[in-house]
Amino acid sequence: MLDVESSQRVERGPSTVPGTEDLVINMGPQHPSTHGVLRVILKMDGETVTDVDCDIGYLHRGTEKIGENITYTMFIPYTDRLDYIAAPSSNLAWVQTVESLFDWEIPPRALFIRSMVAELSRIASHLLWLATHALDIGAMTVFLWCFREREMVLDLFERAFGARLTVNAFRLGGLFQDVPQEFLDDTRAFIEIFPSRIDDYETLLTENRIWLQRTQGVGVISAEDAMDLALTGPILRSTGVQWDLRRAKPYAAYPFLDFVVPVGENGDVYDRYLVRVEEMRQSTRIIEQCLDMLPDGPVSCKTPRTIKPPAGEVYHSIENPKGEFGFYLVSDGTETPYRVRIRPPSFINLAGLKKLSVGGLLADVIAIIGSIDIVLGECDR
Amino acid sequence: MPELVIILVKILVAFGALILIAAYMTWMERRVFALVQVRYGPNRVGLAGLLQPIADGIKLMFKETIIPDRADKFLFYFAPAITLIPALAAFAVVPFGDTVTIFGKKVDLLIADVNVGILYIFALSGMGVYGVVLGAWASNSKYPLLGGLRSSAQLISYELSLGLSLLGVVMISGTLSLKGIVAGQANLPYIFLQPVGFLLFLVCMIAETNRAPFDLPEAESELTGGFHTEYSSMNFATYFLAEYCNMVTFSAVAATFFLGGWRGPILPPVVWFLLKILAFMFFFMWLRATTPRLRYDQLMAFGWKVLLPLSILNVIATAVIIVMFDL
Repeated sequence: MLDVESSQRVERGPSTVPGTEDLVINMGPQHPSTHGVLRVILKMDGETVTDVDCDIGYLHRGTEKIGENITYTMFIPYTDRLDYIAAPSSNLAWVQTVESLFDWEIPPRALFIRSMVAELSRIASHLLWLATHALDIGAMTVFLWCFREREMVLDLFERAFGARLTVNAFRLGGLFQDVPQEFLDDTRAFIEIFPSRIDDYETLLTENRIWLQRTQGVGVISAEDAMDLALTGPILRSTGVQWDLRRAKPYAAYPFLDFVVPVGENGDVYDRYLVRVEEMRQSTRIIEQCLDMLPDGPVSCKTPRTIKPPAGEVYHSIENPKGEFGFYLVSDGTETPYRVRIRPPSFINLAGLKKLSVGGLLADVIAIIGSIDIVLGECDR
Repeated sequence: MPELVIILVKILVAFGALILIAAYMTWMERRVFALVQVRYGPNRVGLAGLLQPIADGIKLMFKETIIPDRADKFLFYFAPAITLIPALAAFAVVPFGDTVTIFGKKVDLLIADVNVGILYIFALSGMGVYGVVLGAWASNSKYPLLGGLRSSAQLISYELSLGLSLLGVVMISGTLSLKGIVAGQANLPYIFLQPVGFLLFLVCMIAETNRAPFDLPEAESELTGGFHTEYSSMNFATYFLAEYCNMVTFSAVAATFFLGGWRGPILPPVVWFLLKILAFMFFFMWLRATTPRLRYDQLMAFGWKVLLPLSILNVIATAVIIVMFDL
């Protein structure tokens, strides 16, 4: 697993002069701060990190292969288990990918509900990120405060779709059924409370001296490097690149919605924090607009009983809370896909870990892993 | 003979109380945390969860002791004791009440009136770190090793400032005995004469007791538990008891040096003393609930570049004022 240089150093054998040796630390897959079953092999000189190696695959379930053997509709619940922190976002990516093979007209009510639920899932995802990221850096209270609000979002999911984590929110052609009025009322109640709760988190962190010391100038990446590594999502936007698929390639109801794509300047852990916190505020705005503009009407277009897309291939991606989440789909005209390829944001963003953390301290690696915001479900697929 | 009985009773009562308070501080900490974090905390075992520490203690006693394969067994068992014993013993010189008359005998409410009391406390608190470092080293495992290294680095950065921050008080009172220092605060607590010293001591004592935001040796999210990663059962509990005893002892020292010790109006001295300890303990918990953790190098820089110069300046300023006004 280690690089060539170090193996050569070992081959030289024991020298007569007492020297120093790098300390190899195996962090994970059972470590409190690797956010799931990520294994990181760190080579350290004292507490300074000299090399980072990621070992992934502990959560590999062969989702892509499974996709080849089941129908398009049956695959929707499997997408719940990709980015399980924000399951509706994964649902949306898959559903839209399949729909783009047809020329269906999705009813506007379904589009607005999709956008709204996707933004709720963004809030849920960012809340979990903030909770664990702050906990990694030692701020325990933020963790429980964030979970209090995430609980409210999960209750909303339960109200609309009957499940909290693996919601299976959308269907090909629209929604399974219309959302109940209580869901809309509760969502409005939630977005009225939520901005003040974001203020609470910011009171604890944004101007906290220790938080600033721990995050500013840590894990810095330039816009060029970020683009070379194909990093997407908040980590790219923190470098100042205004790239958001909701803007760049609008889908669902986003063309009708007014929101700001927040960007950072320095590309460090602190800017990623600021970008995500601002995204939560913007999501609240989007949800409010969706509620105000929500048209009446059906929530699903007429779809055939068996979904058989015309032969062809398509790549479609959406702005998941973590970055660009896409599906590359090849259809051979039968009931099951010929090939399903997932473009997972966590997997690709995680590739930037080495670039971000070499030269930092052990404590920085923890902060950086947190700031990348990975979820191993989609990373390992 | 009665002398000996009195001393033994004092030792039993004081240490018993110390261990009990330390155990109940775990309950208090969890309740305070729950208060900050909008949840309930332990409230099931006994009234308001008051039996929780006892339940935890019993549970830990019955747990299996796991020793890593290549650990140094003797040190591995012995290290927690090295941490606990100084934490308890340091309390011996802290006066927890005025002189009382029992059965016609005058009894000082402190175990030993050592005339170099403060040096004794420093010596013992310095010892406590050996337990952490040795325990970490004896585990023969990487995370504890890093925790132990951090602990020793932290000790070097803080012990100096800790000593210097109390020097101002010693200069004003002219004694190293804690009893004498309490006696010197009959009119005015030293917090008003030594505000900078008080703040410095407050910061150093958090570092000394390995508490957030300076809890780097254990740093759960980085080192999976730091020096006590490999510890289980009563050995683990011993470390924790030691940490809380240390907190109580240092709270007592802070109260003695800056807040007039057991002095206070209306209420009996012992109650005042306990209240002051509780106030400091609450401060410890409040801080842990609301602050993130500093980084290793930042903590060292803070210790050497901010705390040490400040405490030296404080000592010099105090000395100059004492000489100028001939106090």
